[in-house]
Amino acid sequence: MRTPAVGTTVFENARVVDPSRGLDERGTVIVVDGVIAAAGASAANQGMPEGATVIDCRGRAVMPGLVDGRVFIGEPGGEHRETIASASAAAAAGGVTSLVMMPDTNPIIDEVSLVEFVLRTARDTAMINIHPAAAVTRHLEGQELTEFGLMREAGAVAFTDGRNSIRSPLVMRRALTYARDFGAVVANETQDADLAGAGVMNEGLFASWLGLPGIPREAEAIPLERDLLLARLTGSAYHAAKISTSLSAGAIARAKNDGAKVTAGISINHLSLNENDVGEYRTFFRLSPPLRAEDDRLAMVEAVRDGTIDIIVSSHDPQDVDTKRLPFADAADGAIGLETLLGAALRLHHNGDVPLLRLVELLSTAPARLFGLPGGTLKPGSPADLILVDLDEPWVVREADIRSRSKNTCFEGARLQGRVLQTLVAGRTIFTAA
Amino acid sequence: MTSAPAFPIYPHRHLLGIKDLSPGDIELLLDRAEKAVAISRQPEKKTSTLRGRTQINLFYESSTRTQSSFELAGKRLGADVMNMSVASSSVKKGETLIDTAMTLNAMRPDILIIRHSSAGAAALLAQKVGCAVVNAGDGAHEHPTQALLDALTIRRAKGRIGRLTVAICGDILHSRVARSNIILLNALGAAVRVVAPSTLLPSGIRDMGVTVYNSMAEGLKGVDVVMMLRLQRERMAGAMVPSVREYFRYFGLDSEKLKAANDGALVMHPGPMNRGVEIASEIADGPQSVIQEQVEMGVAVRMAVMEALLDPRRDPEGRA
Repeated sequence: MRTPAVGTTVFENARVVDPSRGLDERGTVIVVDGVIAAAGASAANQGMPEGATVIDCRGRAVMPGLVDGRVFIGEPGGEHRETIASASAAAAAGGVTSLVMMPDTNPIIDEVSLVEFVLRTARDTAMINIHPAAAVTRHLEGQELTEFGLMREAGAVAFTDGRNSIRSPLVMRRALTYARDFGAVVANETQDADLAGAGVMNEGLFASWLGLPGIPREAEAIPLERDLLLARLTGSAYHAAKISTSLSAGAIARAKNDGAKVTAGISINHLSLNENDVGEYRTFFRLSPPLRAEDDRLAMVEAVRDGTIDIIVSSHDPQDVDTKRLPFADAADGAIGLETLLGAALRLHHNGDVPLLRLVELLSTAPARLFGLPGGTLKPGSPADLILVDLDEPWVVREADIRSRSKNTCFEGARLQGRVLQTLVAGRTIFTAA
Repeated sequence: MTSAPAFPIYPHRHLLGIKDLSPGDIELLLDRAEKAVAISRQPEKKTSTLRGRTQINLFYESSTRTQSSFELAGKRLGADVMNMSVASSSVKKGETLIDTAMTLNAMRPDILIIRHSSAGAAALLAQKVGCAVVNAGDGAHEHPTQALLDALTIRRAKGRIGRLTVAICGDILHSRVARSNIILLNALGAAVRVVAPSTLLPSGIRDMGVTVYNSMAEGLKGVDVVMMLRLQRERMAGAMVPSVREYFRYFGLDSEKLKAANDGALVMHPGPMNRGVEIASEIADGPQSVIQEQVEMGVAVRMAVMEALLDPRRDPEGRA
């Protein structure tokens, strides 16, 4: 938790958006000593607190800061790609006030000392809340379980092997069973390594013309179905970290219908882009899972709308020229996304696909609840992690403006609508738009 | 200049794939290649069209045939040719394609010929260098000079390409030759078939402008040209097909299967051949085989491509 700001700030004439209470109304947000004192239409009923700093929002939105459930950072071991500090600056500019950091670092976050290192470094260098996720298996090798209990106590908020899909059903079953005792969620990005083979993009006509080996949709769905069966068997909390196909959405919907404790996430890239964006071997669009066909993208938007998908993440994954300026098949997967998460997600609001309140729930309230984090709400008594957003302001993504150390964005040159004007963490302003 | 060129100016800076070419571009290159065939058949084969120009062959995959074909083509045009064989250079030691490209670019070549195992490598190189780039095969993507030499061979033997029926047989999935040929033959109005076991067909093949057959007897019925593809050794034993003998039984071209094709149908192979795997020796060496002509046309087509790309009328300075 960040040190709270001292003093009182009032956001008046705001569009108060708080999915945790189903609020989307004209009103006021009052922050006292880093904590939300009141938020909503009736917040100003008791009059303006004395000595408050008053901000006239002129109808702009105040909402809980985004909680990004899946972020890869280069520290420790890959600081040239991203540090905790640079990720935090990028997050602040993107309206992200908390993030869950993946364990794919060097050394890997698979023991207590690494969890502590991340939290200590975050305390000393980051402006936002950084929550480490720890590895499910030692060295991310998919074999031996890590110390869930000790790492959870140290501050790990979830367990995942990050980019590595857990291969063995036996290991997955034991991980789920053991995690249940500690109330921990196990998250997995499912991809069957054998079926995916040497694949580097979505299997189909487009990949065939490019001469690139494809990854079939079933490579994601088959291990996902396995995991969902094991989640039913164990009764444990399972999170499908990044789904991308209608096959997966169908599997999640069935498991939820059966009462399994399962949730699903999707990266904003898979809601915004499709395989055609790969164009002529554009490696910034090489992602895992791969960008799928437009049919699947539309199915994912529907799954967001109907509640099958619980959270939207950036899947921020900084890569530099060494790993991206290569032939497509030799390049690394991943794209940055902290700074464009909100703007890209708001497209779904502006084009009428997903109501604003639901969208903010997926970006903030739901991930906070899923990983047990403070934030994601404007409820009185909550930390004042919030953002002031002009929902309509158009802007163009420019490489020169990117704060992340790596520039591998899928949105270079994209016109987005909706911009963060101010970001507060524990009541302290950590970002103000120029 | 030896003679005033009568050909229209070729409109592209590089040759990265057949996909970028119009039917007119293809015909232009084939017409130029006809002239190059004549030059190659003279006792005095050396011309001065590219005198003073530097050609670098950058081959990340070893290919004696294609590399020597490009080398000979350059030499017949009077260019200075340098071969960078990657197996014996720093490229193997981790230098990236881009770094190598920048280094070579600094030597101010006029044309770079690249062969690479990754699809898109030629296009990536073309973005980073100031000279013309010819794709000599990039992964499973394209091999444009192979498709052009195949087209030239067919056109010379049959007098046309339009309205012919061509069957491409074998490992379509991994074949850049197949992709380039499918595009070119469709562009010039041929009917294209593919004949292969389904494990060697790419996803979406039915939308690639071909008719799909899984049987040679059906697929070769009434065709004018049979194009065999090489089956890579590592794909034979169990991975994609169960065994060589089963593959040859169903998909190897022998005299029995060839009977289904039209009388006088051409038999083609991009080489190097696996005799007894995809093609029987009696067919490879038989009267319908134009495999040796393909090799000859290869040199001519590559001369034509390099001449067209380095046409002095387009770029008097010699550099773009």
